[in-house]
Amino acid sequence: MGQTIIEKLWSAHSVADLGDGSQLIYIDRVLFHERTGSIALKGLEAAGRKVRNPEQVFGCMDHIVDTIPGRTDATMVPGGTAFITTTREAANAAGVNLFDLGDDRQGIVHIVSPEQGIALPGVTLVCPDSHTCTQGALGALAWGIGSTECEHAMATKTLGIKKPKLMRVRFDGNLGFGVTAKDMILHLIGQHTASGGVGYGIEFAGEAVRALSMEARFTLCNMAVEFGAWTCIIAPDQTTYDYVTGRPYAPKDHAWDQALTYWQTLPSDDDAIFDKEIVINCSAIVPQVTWGTSPQHETGIDGIVPDPADETDVNQRQSVERALEYMELKAGSRLEGLPIDSAFIGSCTNSRLSDLRDAAAVLKGRKVAANVLAICVPGSGLVKKAAEAEGLDKIFIAAGFEWREPGCSMCFYAGGDNLGLGKRTVSSTNRNFENRQGPRTKTHLASPTTVAASAIKGCLTDVRTLEPKHG
Amino acid sequence: MDKFTTLTSIAAPLLRINVDTDAIIPSREMKLVSKQGLGDGLFSSWRYTEPGSRNENPDFILNRSPYRHAQILLSGANFGCGSSREHAVWALAEWGISAIIAPSYGAIFYSNCVRNGILPIILPDERIKTLAALVEEDPQQNQISIDLNKCTVIGPDKLTDTFNITQSDHEMLSEGLDAIAVTMKYDDEILKFQARDRLKRPWIYL
Repeated sequence: MGQTIIEKLWSAHSVADLGDGSQLIYIDRVLFHERTGSIALKGLEAAGRKVRNPEQVFGCMDHIVDTIPGRTDATMVPGGTAFITTTREAANAAGVNLFDLGDDRQGIVHIVSPEQGIALPGVTLVCPDSHTCTQGALGALAWGIGSTECEHAMATKTLGIKKPKLMRVRFDGNLGFGVTAKDMILHLIGQHTASGGVGYGIEFAGEAVRALSMEARFTLCNMAVEFGAWTCIIAPDQTTYDYVTGRPYAPKDHAWDQALTYWQTLPSDDDAIFDKEIVINCSAIVPQVTWGTSPQHETGIDGIVPDPADETDVNQRQSVERALEYMELKAGSRLEGLPIDSAFIGSCTNSRLSDLRDAAAVLKGRKVAANVLAICVPGSGLVKKAAEAEGLDKIFIAAGFEWREPGCSMCFYAGGDNLGLGKRTVSSTNRNFENRQGPRTKTHLASPTTVAASAIKGCLTDVRTLEPKHG
Repeated sequence: MDKFTTLTSIAAPLLRINVDTDAIIPSREMKLVSKQGLGDGLFSSWRYTEPGSRNENPDFILNRSPYRHAQILLSGANFGCGSSREHAVWALAEWGISAIIAPSYGAIFYSNCVRNGILPIILPDERIKTLAALVEEDPQQNQISIDLNKCTVIGPDKLTDTFNITQSDHEMLSEGLDAIAVTMKYDDEILKFQARDRLKRPWIYL
């Protein structure tokens, strides 16, 4: 019987069978950031333990650092500076790699790691951050863990873990005009709920996935955790190899040939068996937007706010009722045209060069609506530099966007910088939870182009309805 | 870590689905590079009337007597979804929660619980709703009993449910084990794996 890519990577990394379906899995790369990694490094230090292979551990400052130009270790997050300085001191003491402030390579860990060739096809990779699944897009087995598990991975190079059930989500057909990977993943979660993937390792497959650029694949994989999945993966192909080649930590010369030969054995066998399969017809997907407080609370931009009374399941009905109350929305009202106060383009979901290019194409020659606060935060220093080399920063700034330094920024509110407390926001991020972006902040998740179009119109907008602009 | 054996306690029903870790402990409440000092910020967006304030919202379940003394939390599917922040578990533990009963959990949250002495029990949604209804009739009298060794939950109706937990998670909780120390028993295997793997995948070893 054939094997899935997850099964292949599972057995290739199995150090010992712990019985009861759990295995001790070898971890190739450990990543961390200053929010949760600081505690893991400090925990190891306090226990007098050493990082086993510090050269294979990489940290980024992303969660707490300010994103306003001219930033220092001082941050608007109450108590935030200690997270930065503790991480720096502990990382230096442990001898692990750190992409610190002032380094062009600094940025959001899930953007930096692939950019540097730290994440590669076939590796196991963990990080005390739930969006580690993003890096599964490269054909890596990458998943989020807690700080205590991170200590374990750093000290032992392993994690004890139960083998997940296996699911394949097949995205068939082609994406329509104005429809992106963000819309694919929001649609999946909307159709199959935020707990639809609980207990599963998921492979994203199908012709629509194959057609995605590497950067779009990261966006698709980023929100697998919002689907409840343990993690997700996309089998490597030529798109993957073209992306990985030449990256600083990627294999070179003979090692590249050796690695490539191995990577080509990884895709799931034709007769591999999955415990569950979901098929999505991509040609039916329109630009998506969330209306509620869970990523599953979403619909097409041309849709309406649902009526809780239509929910047959009592749990879902109560969840919708609560969400409408929090979001101050009425059942049956249209989403398109809903006025917004702020717009954010950034986060590990959507802050790569292609995201900024797509948004800039919408913004070029246009102005953000009066009274809309609009902010763009590139995902890494290298993304920012590349965008500036193309003049994208000038387009954003001319349109009325703030252009900032890399970091997680407005994806969550940590007590400092914010988009306006209680304000209605359209955001290219991944979580529309209550109070996530600030107390009472009402978040509508969408793609970067939908965010850009909405910023211009001052309301939720179908990007497909904007008149094309040239020049 | 404290060992989990048996527990009989008041249970607090918080029957919402998809309770995320941002709700359990907002990022703004994580003020120190520490596992301590988080209990006060538990559910702060729901528990207090205004953001940043400590004025209790009298309607929130954990502010109501006798639920203030609950050591068991009953909740809906996908409890602890979202952010990996272990602070959510540290906050629950510091506040006094020792066990959670829900139909399913966020994967990282579940692992975090086991590593911090909180027992995450999976029971069917319908049974949890029944337990919640019984508890609400008389929360002080209608307590719930958990036995980790037997993997049982006994409701106020004296009906017993059994739950599943992996052997390693069971041991971690019942013995209060240090997972790193347990894994280091496999140190030889880890080093042998590395030696073999270095030949097979040399590009991994930077």
